[in-house]
Amino acid sequence: MDTIFAQATAPGKAGVAIVRLSGPKAWVAIETMCSGLPEPRVVGLRELHGRDGLLDTALVVVFEDGASFTGENVAELHLHGSSAVVSAVLSEISSLEGLRHAEPGEFTRRALENGCLDLAQVEGLADLIDAETEAQRRQAIRVLSGELGEKAEGWRQGLIRAAALIEASIDFADEDVPIDVTPEVDDILRRVLNELESEIDGVGFAERVRTGFEVAIVGAPNVGKSTLLNALAGREAAITSEIAGTTRDVIEVRMDLGGLPVTILDTAGLRDTDDPVESIGVEKAQARAKSADLRIFLVDVGGSPAFEPIARDIVVASKADLIGESSEGVSGRTGQGLPKLIEMIQSRISELAGQSGIATRERHRFAMSSASGSLRDALVNLKSGEVYELVAEDIRSAIRSLDSLIGRVDVEMLLDDIFSSFCIGK
Amino acid sequence: MKHSHFDVVVIGGGHAGCEAATASARMGARTALITIKKAGIGVMSCNPAIGGLGKGHLVREIDAMDGVMGRVADKAGIQFRLLNRRKGPAVQGPRTQADRAVYRSTMLSEIERTPNLSVIEGEVVDLLDEKGVINGIVLHDGVEIRSSAVVLTTGTFLRGVIHIGEQSHAGGRMGDAPSTKLAERIDDYALPLGRLKTGTPPRLDGQTINWEILETQPGDVDPVFFSFLSNSVSSAQISCGITHTNEKTHEIIQRNLAKSAMYGGFIDGVGPRYCPSIEDKVVRFAEKTSHQVFLEPEGLNDHTVYPNGISTSLPLDVQELYIRSIRGLEQAEIVQPGYAIEYDYVDPQALNLSLAVRSLQGLYLAGQINGTTGYEEAAAQGLVAGLNAAATALDKPRVEFGRSESYIGVMIDDLTTRGVTEPYRMFTSRAEFRLSLRADNADQRLTPKGLEIGCVGRRRQTYFTEKAERLASGQKAMSDKYFSPQDVAKAGKRLSQDGSRRTAYQLLGLPNIDFDDLVKLDSSLGCIDIETRAQLGRDALYATYIERQNQDVAVTKRDEAHLIPAALIFSELDGLSNELKVKLERRRPANIAQASRVEGMTPAALMLIMARIRRDAKLPATA
Repeated sequence: MDTIFAQATAPGKAGVAIVRLSGPKAWVAIETMCSGLPEPRVVGLRELHGRDGLLDTALVVVFEDGASFTGENVAELHLHGSSAVVSAVLSEISSLEGLRHAEPGEFTRRALENGCLDLAQVEGLADLIDAETEAQRRQAIRVLSGELGEKAEGWRQGLIRAAALIEASIDFADEDVPIDVTPEVDDILRRVLNELESEIDGVGFAERVRTGFEVAIVGAPNVGKSTLLNALAGREAAITSEIAGTTRDVIEVRMDLGGLPVTILDTAGLRDTDDPVESIGVEKAQARAKSADLRIFLVDVGGSPAFEPIARDIVVASKADLIGESSEGVSGRTGQGLPKLIEMIQSRISELAGQSGIATRERHRFAMSSASGSLRDALVNLKSGEVYELVAEDIRSAIRSLDSLIGRVDVEMLLDDIFSSFCIGK
Repeated sequence: MKHSHFDVVVIGGGHAGCEAATASARMGARTALITIKKAGIGVMSCNPAIGGLGKGHLVREIDAMDGVMGRVADKAGIQFRLLNRRKGPAVQGPRTQADRAVYRSTMLSEIERTPNLSVIEGEVVDLLDEKGVINGIVLHDGVEIRSSAVVLTTGTFLRGVIHIGEQSHAGGRMGDAPSTKLAERIDDYALPLGRLKTGTPPRLDGQTINWEILETQPGDVDPVFFSFLSNSVSSAQISCGITHTNEKTHEIIQRNLAKSAMYGGFIDGVGPRYCPSIEDKVVRFAEKTSHQVFLEPEGLNDHTVYPNGISTSLPLDVQELYIRSIRGLEQAEIVQPGYAIEYDYVDPQALNLSLAVRSLQGLYLAGQINGTTGYEEAAAQGLVAGLNAAATALDKPRVEFGRSESYIGVMIDDLTTRGVTEPYRMFTSRAEFRLSLRADNADQRLTPKGLEIGCVGRRRQTYFTEKAERLASGQKAMSDKYFSPQDVAKAGKRLSQDGSRRTAYQLLGLPNIDFDDLVKLDSSLGCIDIETRAQLGRDALYATYIERQNQDVAVTKRDEAHLIPAALIFSELDGLSNELKVKLERRRPANIAQASRVEGMTPAALMLIMARIRRDAKLPATA
């Protein structure tokens, strides 16, 4: 087994830079550079010496196998955050026998291989590292702490019990206990199915927490959509002018709204037009607006939305500054009514985010959907009363689907995909 | 010193030994079956029944390979029952009460008329080996018999100890001596050993049972046989009796628990959870006030009755007391006391998929010695060991069975990759491809394989080839014809009006359509014979599920095809945890499918092994 090392913090100038080592020689490697290791999991200040003398004075901490992130012996050096220091230390480490630079995601991969993390937790970790907003952080922490794995394990236990009841009535048909297992099996299957389905419903929103909610600003040309976007974003993101139809493409601005990641879409003005280029823009805008999570319909005073809003959409009058301070509308130019609009967007998005479950990815949805499909088949077969062997088969395939949720089986393909999204040293 | 030479020597004349010897002989190997006495051939030492769920599947598979157990059981059958008749065909298992004496004599005559097979009476005291290659055996009188392969099927005879209450004595089976010398010899080979136990009930004199007041269980009206070649019963048919233990019985057992060998702390071996002694039942299910007891006659000309469900290791006087507390058994006489037996088994993880000991060449183990229980499990292993011993001797390729192909494959794979923690018994739930591994299609699955390796005789070949042709042409006729839901409505059956056209074969798989409906739709299907109709119906019933499963089968087969070279040293693989390295070295999975079932195996670790196999395959071979 190789010992691997890499810089764990972002490259460049910083207060502190951390270099991490994992593997059987992690401790020995550090020991050759300093005078004695500190106790495991206790930080010690050490002078690091290389072939050419003192490299840096650093905080050193070691973790023993079984009590580390990767499950192996781990050592961490907290260096002064200079590129020169880091590269001198890395070059010193790489000169040692049996140590090599880690491949992307290799630390996490070892944690997975050594059973310190399950597959969902690995995904949670990736999300946590990528988290930009508070809601993303909270969601990633839930996944990382193994909540999805626990839930899947709970379902699995239930289904194993159901399968055992069915199998007992098949394999021990000739023995002493001919009780009817149908009611208990039916109960279990229904309970798991219900939980699965509410979790499936939440995946879409959970995925949004991860990738961002889309809020589309919709309205007629020149009603002030781009000006509103700029006001929301606090910068000139979209080109604004007095000429109708300036925004031909969909313009996106990502922002953090009360901890939730939101992408505001500025769409082309919706109107009938002869300009072929603009009409493509209009079509695209409408489709995109409809698929967004929330729409802000910006209308002239007394005007009506370009298409039917759904319950959670916001309809607001534009150019409030031209009407006066008493107006209920909003003005991108003066900021009038803006705080109230932001509050509205925030509360509607929070509501959506509140519906999210702990399954956050399309992969999770796929696994859970195929499990729930199998369970629905199982219930139908159970009701017919005669084909217990098919009920058993359905339950078996549901269990297999849930297994893939936490990475028990058939995930070879997935692994490469997941690990390639990791940056070195994480 | 006398010498003789055979291709294969089989030690032991029990169910594993009989099947091993006949299989080896069918392959064309000159085979010797060595047994202490001829009268011991084909003895059923436990209950007088063959088959059941999972077990019946095994017997059908043995029969499909032209083995002997199915034919002999049919001949000796005095009560045939198809278990799970009200469930689907995949989980139905044939079972029969067998006349003990008829079974034994029929088996002996099968053996004696098998070409290439000689029976030798004698006790094997030693194995001959040369540089790690087993090449013969030594009998108690010093006679040496040389062979290219040896199959050891010594059952519970290895350091067997029989317990009745507080008394115990060495013995392989009631009335027989254990094989202590052979056990000592096996110690020299340092095979990993474990200890198991099992038990039997007291045998009763049927003439002292008050049958008049007991409920009876008759056989099926239309008996279902084990052998695809059998078509009628050979003996008069009987019913079994049913009675129950009661609170008084339980009170007697409870009061005398300390005298039980199993509860008094006289036994270390692990017993089977699914076949508890009456002591176990009373202690573990204390809330139950009654347990069912089947009274199984041991033969037509034998008054002995086997009371199934009350095996015990209590002293004889207590056995008498509790037996007589049971309804109908008030006057019953015990002809042979119940006893528990402890014995050594070899951890089957030391074997490869052909049941050969990995660390030695030429030695095969089959049956209870591998930690299994049951005649059928033993016979199925005998078949595998016999075929492979012969293949080795005749320089033919190994004969292996896959999990997606047979219960035999499931069992061998379970044993060799997982080992055993209690006596291993077959259940249908052990087979993940249960819907396709049915008792009814064992011949469709395995006879072609048997024909290919050359262990199937002329008579079965003719019968099977003809049947396979009928099935193929029937299926073709049914798959060529399409019907819309409207067409089906004309035959008086309602389908969802989804507009999709289905073949006659697909229609047959629907729960509300039977073959007669199809004949109404197309009279030309009427020429398909009754037997073929029934079999096509069973195939069609699971067709959609099996199609789905075929993806899993393909994955399993693909993984089984990735062979792990014997030379691969797991402990040298970078990236494997120490725990996995140790497990893999101990179990030595033969292929990736087996490796994936090693406890604690991760997908990533599997990829590492795959990568290594690929890399090694690319390197030029170093001869």
